[in-house]
Amino acid sequence: MNLLSSIGVALIALRVNFLRSALAMLGIIIGVASVIVLVSISEGTKRAVEAQIDSFGANLLIIRPGSSIFGGRRGGAGSASPLTDLDVQAVRDEIAGLSGVSGEVRTSVTAVFGGVNWTTSVTGVNADYFDARGWVIDEGRAFSASEDESGRRYAVIGQTLVNELFDGASPIGQSLRVSGQPVEVIGTVEAKGETSWGQDQDDVIFMPLETARSRLGAGVRGPTRDPVQTMYADVSAGEDTDRVIADIQDLLRIRRDIAPGAADDFTVASLAEFIRARNETENQLGLLLAVGAGIVLLVGGIGIMNIMLVSVTERTREIGLRLAVGAKRRDIRNQFLIESIVLCLIGGGLGLVAGIGGTSVYANVGQLDIAVSPLIVGVAVGASLFVGVFFGLYPAQRASRLNPIDALRFE
Amino acid sequence: MSTLIDCRNLTKTYEMGDTTINALAGVSISIEQGEYVAVMGASGSGKSTFMNLLGALDTPTSGHLRVAGNALSELNADQLADFRSGSIGFVFQQFNLLPRTPAVENVALPLVYAGVPAAERNRRALARLDQVGLADRSHHHPKQLSGGQQQRVAIARALVNDPAIILADEPTGALDSRTSEEVMGIFDQLNRDGITIILVTHEQDVADHAKRQLVFRDGLVVEDRS
Repeated sequence: MNLLSSIGVALIALRVNFLRSALAMLGIIIGVASVIVLVSISEGTKRAVEAQIDSFGANLLIIRPGSSIFGGRRGGAGSASPLTDLDVQAVRDEIAGLSGVSGEVRTSVTAVFGGVNWTTSVTGVNADYFDARGWVIDEGRAFSASEDESGRRYAVIGQTLVNELFDGASPIGQSLRVSGQPVEVIGTVEAKGETSWGQDQDDVIFMPLETARSRLGAGVRGPTRDPVQTMYADVSAGEDTDRVIADIQDLLRIRRDIAPGAADDFTVASLAEFIRARNETENQLGLLLAVGAGIVLLVGGIGIMNIMLVSVTERTREIGLRLAVGAKRRDIRNQFLIESIVLCLIGGGLGLVAGIGGTSVYANVGQLDIAVSPLIVGVAVGASLFVGVFFGLYPAQRASRLNPIDALRFE
Repeated sequence: MSTLIDCRNLTKTYEMGDTTINALAGVSISIEQGEYVAVMGASGSGKSTFMNLLGALDTPTSGHLRVAGNALSELNADQLADFRSGSIGFVFQQFNLLPRTPAVENVALPLVYAGVPAAERNRRALARLDQVGLADRSHHHPKQLSGGQQQRVAIARALVNDPAIILADEPTGALDSRTSEEVMGIFDQLNRDGITIILVTHEQDVADHAKRQLVFRDGLVVEDRS
C-alpha cells in the first residue's frame, strides 16, 4: 500500500469524525502556536536588547569611583574620591586596545532660546565621547580635543532640544543661554530614541568637559582638582575586553595607592554585560514560558494518543476485514501511524498560522520588531511530526497486533 | 481433479476461563479443486471455526492443514497475509463493506494490499462489479445499496484477486429468501466457471445448491454426502 493512498485513507477517516479530530487537534494547535509566539517574543526581546547595547556603544567600559572605606565604615557607591582628568589621560596614554577614552560630568540646567525655557541636563565630555558612545553628528560638527581643553563655550545638542527650542529649524551658529551662560551651538546629534526604561536620550546638551565644569560647576564636589564623574573607555574591535578591564584596574590601583590585597575603590563595568545581566531574568522567564508551551504540546500529544486508541477500538472490525483481504501487520500499523501524523501535521500547520498571527498582533500592539524565524517554523513542524509518531505508534502497534478473527468478530 | 484442501486430525481448543472448549475435535477431510461444498451444523458445532482455519483467519491448535499448496501452520504472519491475499476470497454474513466508501473502492481493497497500481485496480474492480451485475452502482456507497446489492459487492471484492477458493460464512444469513436466491445464483455460476466454493449455512435450501454437504456436530464431521 503506497504512501499517497495511505494518506488518502487517513484523511477520509479524519473527515468522518470531524468534530473529534478537530478537538484532538486543538491541543496540538494551541501547543504549536504558543511555542511559536513565546519563542518569537523572546527572540525579539533579545534582539531589542542587542540593539540597545549597540546604541550605547557595543564595547563600552564604564569606570566609576566605588565606595570609600574609612575607619571600617563603608560609604555608598561613588563616595570614594572621584576620578580626575589625569586618570582619564593616564588610561588614554597607557592602556592598549582602546579606541577612545572620555571623562563625563553632568548637571541639570535650564536652557533658554528666544523666550523658551527648557529644563534639561548638560553632559560635559571629551572629544572622544561621541565615537565611544555611538553618537553620530547630524548637522554641524563636534568639538575638537583642543577646543575641549581650552574650554570653548560650544554646545552639541540632541534632537529633543532642536525640536523644543528651535522648532526643528537649524540651530547651528545660534547662541543658547545655559544657566545664564551664552554658548554657541556648533552641532546636533542624530536621534537615539528612548531607553527601554523610558528615558529620552535625545534630551541632552553636550559641552566640552572643561567648560561644563568651570562654567556650570558640573561634577565639582569636595577638594579634588579636575574631577570627572564617570570615565568611558571604548574597547577596539577584536580586543579582549577582560584583558583591557584588568589593565585598567591595575593602572588605577597604582594611581589611587591601593595596597595589594585591599579592595578596589572604583568599578570597571562593561555596559553590554550590565544590560545583558539586567535582561537575564526576562530570558529565564521566556525559557520558563517555552517549557510551559512544550508541556501544552505534550498534553496535546496525549490527547492524540487517546483519540487514536478510541479510533482503533471503534474500527476493530474494519481492521479485521483489511487483514482478511490480505493486509499485512505493517500495513495496518502504517495506516494508523499515518493517520496520527496527518492529524498532528494539520494541527501543527494550523498552530503555525495561529502562532504567526498571534506574534504579529503582539508585535503591532507592543511596537516591537518581531519576526517568526524559519528555524522556529521548522522546529514547530518537526515537533508536530514527532508528537504524531511518538503518540501514534502505540495505538498503531496495538491495531496491527490484532488477531484477524478476533478483530472481525469484535462487537 | 487435484486436492486443494487437505486436513488431518485438525483440532482447535479455546480457553474460556476455567473451561476448555473443543471447537474442533480432530477433523480429517479433503476437498478437490472445483468442488462446491456446503458446511452445515448447529451453532457451536465447529463449522465456523473450520472455515476460519481454512481461510487462515485463525490458527489450529494441532493437526495438519494444507490449502492450495501451503502448509498453513508453517507460515508466519506476513506469509499468511500473502496467502489470504492470493488464494482466498471471503464473503461474510454482514457484508463487512467499508462505510462511506464507494462500491468500486470496496471491491478494489484487496488489490491495494496486493500492490496493484491504482488504474489497474479500478479496471479490475469495475470488471468484477459488472460480473455481479452492479456496473451501474460502482460509485454508490454501501448505505445507498440494498442488502442483496451489498452482498454482491462483497462477492465482487472476494473475486477481484482471482482466488482459488471462495469462503462464504452464512452469505444469505442477512438476506430475504428472494435475494438469497439471487446471491446463490451468482455462487452457482462462479462454481460452473471452475472456482472452488465453500459456504457455511444452516439453511437446507441454501445447502442444496452445493454438490457436497459436510455436517458438523461437536467439533466433528458427522456426515459427508455428495
